[in-house]
Amino acid sequence: MDLELILNSLPKLLPAALVTLKLLISSLIIGLVIGLGFAILRLNKNIFINKFAYGYSYLFRGTPLLVQIFIIYYGLAQIEYLRSTFLWAIIKEPYWCAIIAFSLNTGAYTSEILRSAFQTIKVGVVEAGKSLGISNKIIFYKIQIPIAIRQSLPAYGNEIILMLKGTSLASTVTLMDLTGVAKYIISTTFKPIEVFIVAGSIYLFMTFCIHNLIKFLEKKYSFSN
Amino acid sequence: MELLAFGDTGWGDELFYATLMTIAVSITAMLIGFLFALIFTPLKLSKYKIFNFIGNFYTTVIRGVPELLVIYLFFFGGSGAIMFVASMFGYYEYIEINAFITGSLAIGIISGAYSTEVFRGAVQSIDKGQFEAAKVLGLSKFTQFYKIILPQVLRIAIPNLSNVWQITLKDTSLISVTGLVEIMRQSYIAAGSTRDPLFFYSFAAVLYLILTFLSMKLINRLEIRYSRGF
Repeated sequence: MDLELILNSLPKLLPAALVTLKLLISSLIIGLVIGLGFAILRLNKNIFINKFAYGYSYLFRGTPLLVQIFIIYYGLAQIEYLRSTFLWAIIKEPYWCAIIAFSLNTGAYTSEILRSAFQTIKVGVVEAGKSLGISNKIIFYKIQIPIAIRQSLPAYGNEIILMLKGTSLASTVTLMDLTGVAKYIISTTFKPIEVFIVAGSIYLFMTFCIHNLIKFLEKKYSFSN
Repeated sequence: MELLAFGDTGWGDELFYATLMTIAVSITAMLIGFLFALIFTPLKLSKYKIFNFIGNFYTTVIRGVPELLVIYLFFFGGSGAIMFVASMFGYYEYIEINAFITGSLAIGIISGAYSTEVFRGAVQSIDKGQFEAAKVLGLSKFTQFYKIILPQVLRIAIPNLSNVWQITLKDTSLISVTGLVEIMRQSYIAAGSTRDPLFFYSFAAVLYLILTFLSMKLINRLEIRYSRGF
């Protein structure tokens, strides 16, 4: 066990953890918007819209995240047309490609979580809102969405942790996130165990924080209060 | 389409073998995972705090650390660890472990952590009376477990194990970083030599979709089989 390496690698790994956090937070926010959009589409009665939303979530949940990143980072750059548009400025950056891939991926999982949350809302709650003369829009925003958020919190917490682990794939498209820097240190020092302990502990610490945050939110939004 | 031709002109046969490799790694990893679950589930359910701690440590660490990091640990640390063990037996030559073994072991340990959680949940959800009844009947410990508890555990566990299988199957794509030629690695090679990454990575995505789809169909059958009588 090389204690010196553990102490030396920590200042290199901590800034990299910030990159990981940045990737995680931006893709979670975009993914939540995408997920909410597709969850609403899934509940649509039109069979084409419904099937389209199902296809999206099936596609992104049935393939590995690595394939998705590679298609976006290496694949999209190949299309001549895209190079001439403003999108090129985004697609040529590995950082944005990673965020696009993560957002679309977590969006697919989030849409499933939210859909099942919406479906478990009792019809009576919506009917009660209607009989009070509240408009459909307000029923949706003020009754259905808050209940759905409460319902989906535990599953969404798992999704956040899965996404945290997913961001490690950013290192495959040259981004220096926590895993990327860890790999770099391992391949220069050939001391995998020490680096694994440090990087792993940082990841575990983040997982621990997310876990407790979700627990706190669950308590805060529980029905009994 | 000619890119996918079999033989020397296309990548069809290479990708076909790569798909078989992905399936082989997934199955091996899943079985290794079961082995780990077999060890760690009893630890997590044990009465003794120290065993609980070991079991929880395993599942928490593995499920909280990215798969890629675990794979790097095995890839870079695997041969070192083996050589260390070998040196204790007086063997000092360089040992290189096969990428297939490192890869399946790394994915297996990850999949084992998820399987452990699934089995723990399934055992805990079985009515206490079943254990007591098995005991009262005077069955041996082995028969108690094998004939009474296990069939019930499997029925409850199979839907969740199917999720573990899907995760394991998708995780195998990560072993491509170690150079094992499975779907992802082969697509990477093909994309590099033809300069057509969009096509090959999309094709890889299709292959994974087919695999997940087929395995879902198979597992549904298993589920029906083990739910007989319910």
